[in-house]
Amino acid sequence: MKSWNEIPYDIQRVISNTAVAPGAYILKFKKNNPFIAGQVLALGVSKEIEPRYYSIASAENDELISILYTERVEGKLTPMLSLLNLGENIMVSKPFGTFTHIKPSPVFIAAGTGIAPFMSMLLTGKASGVTLIHGAPYPEYFYYSDTLIGRLGENYIRCCSRCQPGCLFVGRVTDFVKQWNDLDVNRPYYLCGSAEMVVETRDILISRGVPVSNINSEIYF
Amino acid sequence: MVPLYGKTLDELKSIVTAEGLPSFTASQIADWLYHHHAESIDEMTNLSKKAREMLSAKYTVGLSKPERVSESADGTKKYLFPVANNRFVEAAYIPDDDRATLCVSSQSGCKMGCLFCMTAKQGFQGNLSAGEILNQLRSVPEFKNVTNIVYMGMGEPFDNLENVLKSLEILTSKWGMGWSTKRITVSTIGLIPAMNQFLEKSNCHLAISLHTPFDDERRMLMPIQNVYPIADVVDELKKYRFSDHHRVSFEYIMFDGLNDTPRHVKELVKLLNGINCRINLIRFHPIPDSPLRTSPDERIIQFRDSLTAKGIFTTIRASRGQDIQAACGLLSTKALQEKR
Repeated sequence: MKSWNEIPYDIQRVISNTAVAPGAYILKFKKNNPFIAGQVLALGVSKEIEPRYYSIASAENDELISILYTERVEGKLTPMLSLLNLGENIMVSKPFGTFTHIKPSPVFIAAGTGIAPFMSMLLTGKASGVTLIHGAPYPEYFYYSDTLIGRLGENYIRCCSRCQPGCLFVGRVTDFVKQWNDLDVNRPYYLCGSAEMVVETRDILISRGVPVSNINSEIYF
Repeated sequence: MVPLYGKTLDELKSIVTAEGLPSFTASQIADWLYHHHAESIDEMTNLSKKAREMLSAKYTVGLSKPERVSESADGTKKYLFPVANNRFVEAAYIPDDDRATLCVSSQSGCKMGCLFCMTAKQGFQGNLSAGEILNQLRSVPEFKNVTNIVYMGMGEPFDNLENVLKSLEILTSKWGMGWSTKRITVSTIGLIPAMNQFLEKSNCHLAISLHTPFDDERRMLMPIQNVYPIADVVDELKKYRFSDHHRVSFEYIMFDGLNDTPRHVKELVKLLNGINCRINLIRFHPIPDSPLRTSPDERIIQFRDSLTAKGIFTTIRASRGQDIQAACGLLSTKALQEKR
């Protein structure tokens, strides 16, 4: 889709590359440019492999940038990313993107690693009165849950599609939104995840009376 | 078996070299595939019998006929093609007086999530190979009547740039189908790096899905606005010199009360100032449960006239194939995918 020949980039050293769940990692490196919570940057390991975009998960004032990614066995980049060790080089573009204008009392809805931009916003302190709905297949994929439970309490809703009934909502994010009693059509909604999740959730929100002008989406592509 | 259809001349050279065949065999195969429209390796009679046998052991021409056709009252036909991994795509054949346009898909499904598009609702299943893209042209019964091809079917062409560029190379090369680049238009929502690569490597026409000049509105309609704002897309386009031979146009779906006001005319003129371009206005074809409605015809005409008066060549695109879900934004094979 795009080439490193056209993207200005820096070489950064890996500070850490930690497995946080099976096939999921948090990669950290030194911040090379200021960014706004919600922005993305392109990552790469060599000019021969197409860069991919990732949302930044760390706070604006952190000295390090954190990237949450899952390894795709069939992919070209993420298997290489997962092998990176402390001190090894990584190609990093300037941050960009405009998924950054968050209105008060937002509802964040994310699936999988789609939580990254919302973590950045929360850690930066840019969003107040947040409700966060996060979907994942198993409990170990609720990244940052310790932090989020502490910060958001009951306003942190975990939708676990393959869990046994218990303290989490059993089902997908879309199942939850369909039956969410506290859904407020006047709040702004921010979605991040795969195209399928975003489109389906957006349709449900619209069918429940949320004006499309209150829905903002970020899609992996 | 590996399909030969959709291979570039360089790829065919690699294949014949690997098989120990003379390098000129690659040109002969290209000639059979793209000039003589051979349907089997056995038809390639100027290749030695041994060469044909060697190739047949591993390769096939790889054409596949459409599995279904729907015909509109207006003559538009929608073809359903099988592609890899039990997926399907649709292509629309649109005859019109002395020209006939084929609208082809570049992906099965789409990951861009535009609010007004039926394909978005099926999610993304995969990229098409160059062969699968070109097969849509080669395998429609009206193949020889097609005068123009537009990459405006399912998927975002620049999210599958490598295969789209390969298919364009085959369509336009002398060793390929020898089409004029003036007969081919590729449509994108504006993936900037890939768009720049396309503009450097191809002289085919470019169409940009614009739909509103205002950030907030476009973000609501098209999530890609968060990554590549339309103002940035237009800034990139201003670096290129467009003409009738290498044209850029902007697609603008008309939504009632959303993007069809004098304020939008004014902003569009400001945005596109300095680009030699045209705007195509498209009636919105409602999709299930959509909060959007199409603008009334009189407002579309008024919008066109206002833009024309400001010096932007603007046309209203005729809606074709709406009764068979073949019109702009309506292509989807979700129901079929779910059955599988």
